[in-house]
Amino acid sequence: MLEVADLHAYYGKSHILHGVHLRVGQGEIVSLLGRNGVGRSTTIKAIMGQVAGSGSVKFQGQELMGLKTYVISRRGLGYVPENRDIFPTLTVRQNLLLGQKGTRESGRWSMEDMYQLFPRLRERADAPAGVLSGGEQQMLTLCRTLMGDPDLVMIDEPTEGLAPKIVEQVASLFDEIARRGISILLVEQKLAIAMKISQRVYVMGHGRIVFEGTPADLRASESVRKEWLEV
Amino acid sequence: MEFFLVTLLNSLSYGLLLFMLSSGLTLIFSMMGVLNFAHASFYMLGAYFAYQTSVYLGFWPALVVAPALVAVLGALTERYGLRTVHKYGHVAELLFTFGLAYIIEELVHLIWGRAPVPYRIPEILDFSAFSVFSTKYPAYRVFMMLVSVGMLGGLFLLLTRTRIGLIIQASLTHPDTVEALGHNVPRVFMGVFAGGAALAGLAGVIGGNAFVTEPGMAVSVGTIVFVVVVFGGMGSLAGAFVASLIIGAVQTFSVAFDVSLLTLFAKLGFTPDPQSAWMELWKVTIAQAAPVLPYVLMVAMLIVRPKGLMGTREG
Repeated sequence: MLEVADLHAYYGKSHILHGVHLRVGQGEIVSLLGRNGVGRSTTIKAIMGQVAGSGSVKFQGQELMGLKTYVISRRGLGYVPENRDIFPTLTVRQNLLLGQKGTRESGRWSMEDMYQLFPRLRERADAPAGVLSGGEQQMLTLCRTLMGDPDLVMIDEPTEGLAPKIVEQVASLFDEIARRGISILLVEQKLAIAMKISQRVYVMGHGRIVFEGTPADLRASESVRKEWLEV
Repeated sequence: MEFFLVTLLNSLSYGLLLFMLSSGLTLIFSMMGVLNFAHASFYMLGAYFAYQTSVYLGFWPALVVAPALVAVLGALTERYGLRTVHKYGHVAELLFTFGLAYIIEELVHLIWGRAPVPYRIPEILDFSAFSVFSTKYPAYRVFMMLVSVGMLGGLFLLLTRTRIGLIIQASLTHPDTVEALGHNVPRVFMGVFAGGAALAGLAGVIGGNAFVTEPGMAVSVGTIVFVVVVFGGMGSLAGAFVASLIIGAVQTFSVAFDVSLLTLFAKLGFTPDPQSAWMELWKVTIAQAAPVLPYVLMVAMLIVRPKGLMGTREG
């Protein structure tokens, strides 16, 4: 479904990604692991067209490299940025409305689905999104992207700084997303969660993919974990 | 009292006109981070286009045609100018708008000459609307206020009640995120730039004949609009509104006060030495200092509160 080959990316003059290869299949949950600063977020941003890059990014057979971010999004790629970029002055409902690509609800998700998954969002529907707690904001960014009916969502550090109970909620949302046939590419710091929900994992180091396999493979490979993951 | 009321009305109509200019400037600034030096040039073009249109078609068509033409120019400026220059950073963008302001001024010289053009208030509005005691208040000033208030209401409804307004609001702070959700942010930028230019053009249409339509009008109004935006806070529409009314009032009221520090000293029963070198300063009346007062206010604001009245960022 998503095939990334030989992806290079640059921030100004510094070369961040050195030929990343990865693949996400239909309905698959894939995690991109690695320490801070190895280029996981940059990989997602380069796929989304937010960072200058070269190489090939194919989505459902079509080349995305060189397209504008909004075009890529309309092709069915969803992106949930790590910094919980909610629109603070708009209400929760307005934030969700902006997730929709057109003026009407269409596709797999409705506003009602979001409210059922996270009743908290219904309670706060008319509150400015800026007053929500960190966990609520994270739910909102996720739901906002889902409202755009993506076929694949890329989620950057969704559980960072969240209370364990909310982490569980977020994880159950991933199951629900996958159940509706949507693929997930997850950038995650918490190894335990990633290992539990992913079908496959990639480990990144120094702007390259240094390991690819199932969670079981990674569990078995102590050297990879020691060298690239554990602090 | 009579003087006060008339001046208040004048300052209100002038302040609202300033807001028509500063609202566009501040929207463009908060969205794209570009301080558009050519913004007041769009105001001037609005006045000249309105003059030219009114020669052939009359004032009412000009009220629509001139802002529309300016909007098209604004859209072209963004699409083929700023968007290309954008990748070289904000300094390049700033220089681009700076150069554009000069080009527009020279073009105006070439086409319409250096002298003011006879752009006049339409006859149908050239009567007195009502009297404040013995002063007859011109209907055109009332018309200016109506147009400004209508535009203010329209802008408010557009930004808060429509989907495109929500997209604009969100793009003010998080353009990348909005684009990642599938909205054509570059086109929104172009639209906001064109809309801001159209507002400036509209201000030119209704201000050009109330004041004077001449090639220096862009510079003289432009600096005041910058003062308004800095005073109100970069990127804040509410701030721009309040600042427009304040600066409008300061400019309108101050020219009417024939009071100097000497008058104040006299009231306090103190007579400075007439031979003193300071005497010249004591003699300056508020009316004489009027042109500099807005800038004094701006500098004071920058010292006390650098982000302006309601601004959110340092500026």
